[in-house]
Amino acid sequence: MSAPILEIEDLCAEVGGKQIIKDFNLTINEGEVHAIMGPNGAGKSTLSYVLCGKSGYKVTSGSVRFKGKDLLSMSTEERAREGIFLIMQYPVEIPGVPSTTFLKHAVNAVRQHQGLPELDTMEFLKMVREEGRKLGIDNEMLKRPINVGFSGGEKKRMEALEMTILKPSFAILDEADSGLDIDAMKVVADSVNALRDNKRAMLIITHFQRLLNYVEPDYVHIFANGHIVKTGDKHLAVELEQNGYAEYVKEN
Amino acid sequence: MNRPEIIDESGDKYKYGFTTDIEADTAPVGLTEDIIRLISRKKEEPEWLLDWRLKAFEFWQTMQEPTWAKLSYDKIDYQSLHYYSAPKQKVAPKSLSEVDKNLLETYDKLGIPLKEQEALAGVVAVDAVFDSVSVATTYRAKLAEKGIIFCSISEAIKNHPDLVKKYLGSVVPYTDNYFACLNSAVFTDGSFVYIPKGVKSPMELSTYFRINAKNTGQFERTLIVAEDDSYVSYLEGCTAPQRDENQLHAAIVEIVVMNNAEVKYSTVQNWYPGDKDGKGGVYNFVTKRAACRGANSKISWTQVETGSAVTWKYPSCVLQGDNSVGEFYSVAITNNRQQADTGTKMIHIGKNTTSKIISKGISAGFSNQTYRGLVKVTPQADNARNYSQCDSLLIGTNCGSHTVPYVENRNRSAVLEHEATTSKISEEQLFYCQQRGIGEEEAVSLIVNGFCKEVMQHLPMEFAIEAAKLINISLEGSVG
Repeated sequence: MSAPILEIEDLCAEVGGKQIIKDFNLTINEGEVHAIMGPNGAGKSTLSYVLCGKSGYKVTSGSVRFKGKDLLSMSTEERAREGIFLIMQYPVEIPGVPSTTFLKHAVNAVRQHQGLPELDTMEFLKMVREEGRKLGIDNEMLKRPINVGFSGGEKKRMEALEMTILKPSFAILDEADSGLDIDAMKVVADSVNALRDNKRAMLIITHFQRLLNYVEPDYVHIFANGHIVKTGDKHLAVELEQNGYAEYVKEN
Repeated sequence: MNRPEIIDESGDKYKYGFTTDIEADTAPVGLTEDIIRLISRKKEEPEWLLDWRLKAFEFWQTMQEPTWAKLSYDKIDYQSLHYYSAPKQKVAPKSLSEVDKNLLETYDKLGIPLKEQEALAGVVAVDAVFDSVSVATTYRAKLAEKGIIFCSISEAIKNHPDLVKKYLGSVVPYTDNYFACLNSAVFTDGSFVYIPKGVKSPMELSTYFRINAKNTGQFERTLIVAEDDSYVSYLEGCTAPQRDENQLHAAIVEIVVMNNAEVKYSTVQNWYPGDKDGKGGVYNFVTKRAACRGANSKISWTQVETGSAVTWKYPSCVLQGDNSVGEFYSVAITNNRQQADTGTKMIHIGKNTTSKIISKGISAGFSNQTYRGLVKVTPQADNARNYSQCDSLLIGTNCGSHTVPYVENRNRSAVLEHEATTSKISEEQLFYCQQRGIGEEEAVSLIVNGFCKEVMQHLPMEFAIEAAKLINISLEGSVG
């Protein structure tokens, strides 16, 4: 029996005074991949921001435990260092900060938290270039300021690289396939699958079933009205693709 | 004589806030003709220089302190300051071994191990100005082999009077402005650099300025002359102890650049900025100007301004020679109650002259910052080109940033471009960094360093590292 990695109980959260997450319950065990599907505007992304501790996203009640620890009392960076990684829908540009510099700061922050020595520049560059190559990121791209002027596909490759080198124990993919062509989506899917093992877990937040053809989930949940309204296996995603969300949204 | 007391610097982040307990020879308080005569006598100056000082003093008394800058500070009582303070030493040091041990320790604390540098014959030659007097110039012998003169301006007045007389005040006349005029009357030391024709300086030349004594104004004067086909890169660093009173600093830098010569002047200014409530700190009123007199000459100013309570500074380029080039790269950071009104002047006179201005201002806390710049194209300056870019970054909601670019164009062939942006560090950028495990302060420093990158890459390597560290220190506590 594998242990729970994420336990969400009766979670309620609001953004700008508006309640988006209501009485949300979900437990994800080590080794599992869960997908949350739902109509646009239902607040799926809100869930990912709440889990990551983004400012402006306020938890009003409920609890979240991550690997047994109280997640909600941790800062954003502590959650990240504990192993939560969010593949973002719109990765932000940071002018003047070379991708390698950014990655090095991130890797060393996580390593320090884990009690590991910082990587020196040579070790780090060797590792990042090697992993980059596997994802179709060349040395030139690594020198460019992070995400600045990157195409949608390049941004997602960079996200995949960050995930690969940070080796999170829990990855959240927030609409990771939006606006991507098949090749770029496959890169993301491959990097997720490569990370997948019996200790790590994933949460895939998506509107379409498409990505789930490449990263096969153990569970599929339908999110509407602030919480999960139905849970099934991968076949539920196929069914949704055919019948739409209408049936689940009309609940209240 | 006064012995400065040690100020308790516990709990503060300014790491250069210590004072050095050293016997000093200090002039009485106040500014009169007699004080100027005293300074001149102490320095055993020639008659012409005393006359020049006195003329400047006479003129200064007719002038008004400028009020056009966006700065507010308590009125300076010029009669309450000492205008001369020198570390007491019986005879002028001939080499480092004769320099006071306490003084050398001070420079060690500041990260300038003079002895080590001389011994290792490294890359930088240093002139160190302590309060008013230059105490040590390293590498002199090695530079002299190439014909380069690098010494304190006092020594230059003694040993190279013709050169000093020819160029002193030729770029910044004593009538130029209130603070320059004051400096001309009372300047006590500074550095002198002369690069002969065809010589490229084999090392970077560097001056460290240090205010130590209490209630003492510091008025250095730097003069750099680069003859035809020469090159020099010059670095200037500044620190001051932490004191509750404000300290006045009014310096002048004059640079003359002849045909095909190039001077690169880099500054890291870290005078004590005052405490978080705006108590104490250095008033920094500086006139820096370079005259590109020769054809194809080039001057490049790079400054990183993190210190001082009040900064009033506009390093300028007078582009007289045809095809001459002027550049200004600036990062100014203000936090807490600091105020900075800084920028540049590009005066296009020769034909085909080019200038470039890249200014990055970062304001945090309750600070206020103004970029003030002038691009002037005179009627004879055919085909002048200027590119100006002024970017401001705001951290928090209580600081201010202002951009005041003046353009005076009298020639139709000029091509002038100006871009300006003001932005805040976005929540999204911070979130992105933090979600990858990077702490908030580290994230801010990463974003700010990215913002300044275009300027920082113009600094010599060892200076760039120091400057990046300073930026981080300056911004500590500005978020959260």
